[in-house]
Amino acid sequence: MIAELGLAALWLAAALAVLQMVSGALALRSGEGEAAPMALYARPAAMVQAALAVLAFGLLLYAFAVTDLSIKLVATNSHSMKPFVYKLTGTWGNHEGSMLLWVAVLALSGGLLAGAEKRLPERTMSATLAVQGFVALGFYAFLLLSSNPFERLPVPAPEGSGLNPLLQDIGLAIHPPTLYIGYVGLSVAFSLAMGALITKRVTPEFARVMRPWVLGAWVFLTFGITAGSYWAYYELGWGGWWFWDPVENASLMPWLAATALLHSVSVLAARDALRTWTIMLGVLAFSMSMLGTFLVRSGVLTSVHAFAVDPERGTFILVLLGLYIGGALGLFAWRASSIAEGKRFTATSREGALVFNNVMLSAILAIVLLGTLYPLLTEAFDVRVSVGPPYFNPASAIFAIPMFLVMAVGPLLRWKDDKPARIQFELSLLAAILISAISLIAILGDYPVLPVLGLALALMLGVAAFLPLRGRKLSRVPVAVWGMVLAHFGVAVALFGMASESAFTEERLAAVAQGQSVEVGGFDVTLENVAPVAGPNWTAIEARLAVSRDGGEPIIIAPQARNFWSPPQATSESALVTRWNGQLYAVIGDEAGVDAAGNPRWQLRLWWKPFVTFIWYGGLLIALGGILSIAGRVQVDLKRRTAARLGDERREDLRALGAGPNAPPAAPEPAE
Amino acid sequence: MNTTTGLKAKHQRMVLVVIALVAIIGAGLLAVWGLRNQANYFYLPEQMAEAPPAVGQAVRLGGMVQPGSIETMADGVTVRFVVTGNEASTIPVRYSGILPDLFVEGSGVVAEGSLQGDGTFLATNLLAKHDENYVPRELEGLEAHQKAETVAETTVGIEPSS
Repeated sequence: MIAELGLAALWLAAALAVLQMVSGALALRSGEGEAAPMALYARPAAMVQAALAVLAFGLLLYAFAVTDLSIKLVATNSHSMKPFVYKLTGTWGNHEGSMLLWVAVLALSGGLLAGAEKRLPERTMSATLAVQGFVALGFYAFLLLSSNPFERLPVPAPEGSGLNPLLQDIGLAIHPPTLYIGYVGLSVAFSLAMGALITKRVTPEFARVMRPWVLGAWVFLTFGITAGSYWAYYELGWGGWWFWDPVENASLMPWLAATALLHSVSVLAARDALRTWTIMLGVLAFSMSMLGTFLVRSGVLTSVHAFAVDPERGTFILVLLGLYIGGALGLFAWRASSIAEGKRFTATSREGALVFNNVMLSAILAIVLLGTLYPLLTEAFDVRVSVGPPYFNPASAIFAIPMFLVMAVGPLLRWKDDKPARIQFELSLLAAILISAISLIAILGDYPVLPVLGLALALMLGVAAFLPLRGRKLSRVPVAVWGMVLAHFGVAVALFGMASESAFTEERLAAVAQGQSVEVGGFDVTLENVAPVAGPNWTAIEARLAVSRDGGEPIIIAPQARNFWSPPQATSESALVTRWNGQLYAVIGDEAGVDAAGNPRWQLRLWWKPFVTFIWYGGLLIALGGILSIAGRVQVDLKRRTAARLGDERREDLRALGAGPNAPPAAPEPAE
Repeated sequence: MNTTTGLKAKHQRMVLVVIALVAIIGAGLLAVWGLRNQANYFYLPEQMAEAPPAVGQAVRLGGMVQPGSIETMADGVTVRFVVTGNEASTIPVRYSGILPDLFVEGSGVVAEGSLQGDGTFLATNLLAKHDENYVPRELEGLEAHQKAETVAETTVGIEPSS
């Protein structure tokens, strides 16, 4: 019954998406200012759709919670013996379930947009909802026609076939949903961009509506990528935190585009410039979300031949991708020239810096995109290659280094036009930090060039992030500016962690008998004993390691080599000792014969990774900065709404206030 | 304040478009050049025997672990084994590190590393078959890590044998 109900809810939601699309589109046919009777249907259709899609997802969640083995998806991905929390997270630990989650989040944000957004002109809203309905419809079709999560088995299975034990991890449980919320938030930004383009209303007002969606999506993407990186780090036992593999790149590419879009939409909101560019980035960011979904969902990553195993799904998403992106770009090409130019600015202004970094971000995106797709291309010609750090690191650094330099200076510049001489003190300070840091590290040791540059840039950025606050009364600084300061400081922190980890990591690999010690990074690690342990659905050997420094009180850590029995699979559970200045990372391997005295030995792999935790602290700071920025905007926005009721004069003042810090008073807008 | 003529604003937009295009095309050219130099090619043992890569160049070698060939050195962490392909050619491999799960004789393996002057393949990383439904053909070009994430996202490898 549950399954049938869920399926019915999805079909209904799909029908409502059609209604939303059609009524939104028909509303556009009535002229400017006329009453559009059809427009009345679009908003409720979006809201009811949200309720139905969330209901469908809730029902699937319930089916997983009670391990309903008559549903094929549950039988193939769950197990009655699994810990309860992983039964729940198993709901989206598979293709169909994760697509249902995608759609539920998509419908929910469409419903939110329809229900809560009152600032846009009615026509732009109708167009936006029509596009949003169109996007949703494609995903409903995908779900219902090629990946039905509620499919029943003819005969209920006696027992489920379990879930990949690597995925029985809380880090991975929260990783996909956060990314999906990010992807979907970008779909709303896309719909808004299309709505503004269709109705030719690319205005600061529209940018202010779009900005929270972009910011929100970007916060989730930032958080999701950070969590995913930490998951890969401690769960895989390889000691690495970023592998540049296609699945990671699939989430990085939308983030790069969203970062560019976020800054461009801020310029549009504050200064009424970069109109066309913002629309273009709106299309690009959603394209990257779609492409990421395609790469991960189609199995094309596994190999081109895996794509042939299930051509239907891959083709379906590819067709959707072509339809949306092709359509959007076509519309863009046709309409872009009709968008009036925004306000002008010089190269040495805050807009100039933002544009430069927007271009750098796009260039890095191009580097990552080509590197990710290249193996797929060569495989079509039967040449199998993989592309890894030797390509990605230097190629992206070429554009990242100037980007970091401009990022340090940009926020210090004034809007519209500025003279570099005005900020001479700041410029000399930052240059001094950069040059002395590079010289100092180069004297200390022979380190590779990129990490050295990374460390120096990170130190400079760490100082630069706070310079916009100089000479201002801290209590008067808007919350949104604090958001920027924190996020930029987070970039410095993360960059410091990355560079430090790549330059200073120490590694030891040894076969150790009980009672023997290994030294790594100033720590003594002693193997106390090795014993078998058992969990709910796995058995393992566990090593007890005593970690001490300079003969101090030892800390006991216990890495494991686990064997799961359904499905049969072995995993490495690393153990970590976290210090403020880094992490000790330990993995236990196989038994390795006996030592000279005949005692059994085990393989131990140990790393000391200085400041590696800064990578994820930085990521969290960036996300926190984004949250603050949203909060600040909401606050200003509420003030503005109050002001709107208080009269026009005060509204002008607050518009200038909401247009960002130290913005010039906004020129009166031409009457619309 | 904003007494700019349309032409000038248009002019500025053109300049921006040109700058953006130059940067993106530059990135594209750089990417193509980098990929030609840095792509990591995949070799079967017979291919490596016939046309070996340059000594020290990062490549991947994939094949079967020859039964009876795995031997552990005295240090307990260095392993030597031999990889065979579809033909008679064999490549000796040396690897120091923790062996992946399911690294067994007679099973598929992909070794990342480089060929040494003495004809031994020095592996920096080994990727082994991940589960019984997983064939070496698919394993090629697939990192263990990626496999984990891919499984998270798709049902590859955990489809029931119907």
